[in-house]
Amino acid sequence: MSWDRKHLLDIESLTPEEIITVLDTARAFKAVGERAIKKVPALRGKTVINLFIEPSTRTRISFELAALRLTADVINFTAEASSLKKGETLRDTARNLEALNADIIIIRHSATGAPHFLSRFLNASVINAGDGAHEHPTQALLDAFTIREKAGRIEGLNVTILGDILYSRVARSNIWALTKLGAKVTLCGPSTLVPRIFEQMGCRVTYDVDGAVAGADIINLLRIQHERQRKTMFPSIGEYATLFGLNKARLAKTKPGVLIMHPGPINRGVEIDSEIADCDRSVILEQVTNGLAVRMAVLFLVNGGMGPQEIVG
Amino acid sequence: MSDPILILNGSALQRALTRIAHEIAERNDVSTDVVLVGVQRGGVYLARRLSQALNGIWGHPVPVGSLDVGMHRDDLDRQAAPKIHPTVIPFDITGKTLVLVDDVLFSGRTTRAALDALNDFGRPKRIQLAVLIDRGHRELPIKADFVGKNVPTSLTEQINVRLHEMAGEDVVYLEKK
Repeated sequence: MSWDRKHLLDIESLTPEEIITVLDTARAFKAVGERAIKKVPALRGKTVINLFIEPSTRTRISFELAALRLTADVINFTAEASSLKKGETLRDTARNLEALNADIIIIRHSATGAPHFLSRFLNASVINAGDGAHEHPTQALLDAFTIREKAGRIEGLNVTILGDILYSRVARSNIWALTKLGAKVTLCGPSTLVPRIFEQMGCRVTYDVDGAVAGADIINLLRIQHERQRKTMFPSIGEYATLFGLNKARLAKTKPGVLIMHPGPINRGVEIDSEIADCDRSVILEQVTNGLAVRMAVLFLVNGGMGPQEIVG
Repeated sequence: MSDPILILNGSALQRALTRIAHEIAERNDVSTDVVLVGVQRGGVYLARRLSQALNGIWGHPVPVGSLDVGMHRDDLDRQAAPKIHPTVIPFDITGKTLVLVDDVLFSGRTTRAALDALNDFGRPKRIQLAVLIDRGHRELPIKADFVGKNVPTSLTEQINVRLHEMAGEDVVYLEKK
């Protein structure tokens, strides 16, 4: 068994074996979601806190449901309704939550490294649900899970990530996860949003959209992160849709079995044609289902004690 | 460290399973009510073999499911998270005679977790327990209905069940920890 981590802070520091452990564990939890009784007692009596300092619906709901299906108690904490508005620091907020005997704290924050910061002084397990433009580890794990389930493997596949890479934590976590598992990752989008420096992470950077999608086994589309961009990175949404959006003409040139992925929320008519989002190549909604299974697996794994594993008959 | 002691070789293991199959058949009059559920992982392979043997006795297939009890253990926060396999029970267990199959019966905690887990799948008419090895040291009021071999052990020893499907050979050893 290759998991003895207390926290899940990023993909960068995980080994390929640890990633595979999460994916294997998630298979079992996906099966739980398909039963009549979709609940197991693995986290009975544990307290999970969703500390979301940045807006989110799908990730928060996914984590909340994951914790509930493991029989944990869950508290949701959002920035708007908190003492952070009254000037409390993140450190004090987190320590107050821990004083309530929280066992696992799931944090989303606009600052890179916020989860790592918490993990240095909290006794609770910390799970990163997205920190700035840095990482979104559970999204990368659910994407890898979906690819593995649909394509049967990850090693050797060509994965094209198309869109706003620069401001995307999803892109960074995906690049780490997929390259660790042996996929060939190509990044594509406007040159302002896909700087060459990403080549240092072991992937290919291209501005030839047709070429990038034609050779892909997987196309992962990313939304334009308007909220993180400090200035206009391309002339207009219309131009972006024309030059970089996945439309029918581009889809026609892709490999027959290509999978279309998107972490959501999708902007129909911008990065993806509405019809393509709903077509049979699209696994966007399956990603949501798999996200629940992967988050159950992550909660289950970080909850594990640190002692040596012993087989009890 | 002393050498492992051979408890069952391949043919003895097969004979034990054949005997358990006959005992299951003898105990249960309505053969079509019987379903088998193996506890991951060794128990699953044993359950499949018992199903084949029962098919030979009764002349009809006997359904087999696999159950992972990892999510129902009582020691999850006391040790590293266990490796979990999917639970697959592709039939309704309600009203059935469910024979739970495991390789080794020891503390009984795995069996308790299995009984808990089965609650989520339905309400069997009865549950019977079949194990290849009963090594004693029960910590819960649990008893097997069908036992391949009783093996008195000390707590410093462990039972190593190696099955053909996983290890390429059928053999059971008693080893020092």
